[in-house]
Amino acid sequence: MNVVEDTPVSRRLRSVKHIVIVCSGKGGVGKSSVSTQLALSLRASSPTARVGILDVDLTGPSIPRMLGLDGHPVHQSSDGWVPVYADGSAARLACMSVGFLLKKKEDSVVWRGPKKNAMIRQFLSDVRWGELDYLVIDTPPGTSDEHLSLVEHMAPVHARISAVLVTTPQAVALLDAMKCLSFTRATSIPVLGLVENMSGYVCPCCGEVSNVFSTGGGEEMARREGLTFLGSLPVDTELVTLLDAAEAESPEELAALPEGGSRRSFGLLERYERTPTAPLFKKIADRILERLASVQQAPSTS
Amino acid sequence: MSSVKRKILVLSGKGGVGKSTFTAQLGWAFAADENVQTGIMDVDICGPSIPTILGIASEQVHASSSGWSPVYVQDNLGVMSVGFMLPSAKDAIMWRGPKKNGLISQFLKDVDWGDLDYLVVDTPPGTSDEHLSIVQYLKESGIDGAVVITTPQEVALQDVRREIDFCNKVGIRVLGLVENMSGFVCPNCKTESQIFKPSTGGGRRLAQDMGVEFLGAVPLDPRIGKSADYGVSFLDEYPESPASIAYLDIIDKIKQQLGDV
Repeated sequence: MNVVEDTPVSRRLRSVKHIVIVCSGKGGVGKSSVSTQLALSLRASSPTARVGILDVDLTGPSIPRMLGLDGHPVHQSSDGWVPVYADGSAARLACMSVGFLLKKKEDSVVWRGPKKNAMIRQFLSDVRWGELDYLVIDTPPGTSDEHLSLVEHMAPVHARISAVLVTTPQAVALLDAMKCLSFTRATSIPVLGLVENMSGYVCPCCGEVSNVFSTGGGEEMARREGLTFLGSLPVDTELVTLLDAAEAESPEELAALPEGGSRRSFGLLERYERTPTAPLFKKIADRILERLASVQQAPSTS
Repeated sequence: MSSVKRKILVLSGKGGVGKSTFTAQLGWAFAADENVQTGIMDVDICGPSIPTILGIASEQVHASSSGWSPVYVQDNLGVMSVGFMLPSAKDAIMWRGPKKNGLISQFLKDVDWGDLDYLVVDTPPGTSDEHLSIVQYLKESGIDGAVVITTPQEVALQDVRREIDFCNKVGIRVLGLVENMSGFVCPNCKTESQIFKPSTGGGRRLAQDMGVEFLGAVPLDPRIGKSADYGVSFLDEYPESPASIAYLDIIDKIKQQLGDV
């Protein structure tokens, strides 16, 4: 057995069973949407499942908006940053994003690589996740500083990392998805499979399916590269609207909240489960769980 | 860079909103006048799409005594992208910031652009190394302005607000905002629906709020993506489509903003 290096990151992530990186190469293909849905589905996969979602898209964080947590502050405790819980006092869906650290939502984060690297290290070592069954990590487009930093800092827990690739069907996106796949191969991260997003759009008026961004390209790529095809998801305007308009609480409401908590019952999950995409994604999540079981043995909680 | 008259950045904050597609249309539209020399520089190092969209993905860059020679789509449209320098399109470019900055500096210094009327720079999503470097390296010779692209939904607008904030911080003039993928007309029943719903007022409202020019909205047309995949000009293929008309109108407004009409 390898000697496991002891670092602040490895100590912090000791209590995390599985780490799933969601990546795509190309931007705007639905990484954050897939990450959010994966986190919601994993949380729903068992009555006790505890899930974390870490947003390392530092210059374009979308996760707070999608989980309806825009404007939440992050609190510091003696044992590190307290994540924001999307499900309030149930505390089974913990979220951390640079979005929580900005004063105003239109503030830009203009950082070069070294600063991004430091932030990611801090996210990995200083967030008080507690016991987690799954930590989903949403990444920015590309294969650069954020990705290299993630892999580098998580080297001691490398055996628990796996990746889900997201693409849209058109050639331009597949090209970048291939680069992303090369990245996972170069860094020896097992790929759980590939999701084809925005595959077709159903006209709300007549039901005609239009392939707005072509179709089938992801499935074809999975076959060619020997990847598990996890499924395709059509463009679902109900889902877009749900994740886009998830309302944040007003500042007064926020002030009245207990530390890191959210007062609402977990309405987002209920509303999500009523979207046409939810049953399709459930199958994808089930396949991801199967693949996780075959790729990684759950480590003993020592 | 002193031999380049106009330098325009195409920015967006969010990925996948159509920066590269717009850059290509802009390049093609400028170069439609055979007396206008146009260059396109792709500084998306990790995900270069420009070579595919312009139909020159298999080309290689040639080095000459006066530096690297751009790849020419037509006589008056030269292109530079890291995509031309890779042994295989499948390879990931796993570079941290400093290496990306080095390449961008080379693109500006060592590429033999010749005399250009327009240089259009396509950028990756975000506000990080590539953006800081291009601004820094071009500061001396001056950037004429930035065209910011968005899609209608709030998740994209959030990132675009950050991008405009970035432009203000570093002192780049915003020529205007383009809303892409704005509405979709079903080819069967001809009814328009909003795929990416503007839940907070879309690009128009954002432009108003942030005091930038709204250049126009381009409807989502599946043939745009298809043209990009095949590397043909959508404007030439479907000149009568509503999207083409919108594109051309936007390009006219950009020229007006630049004072080039």
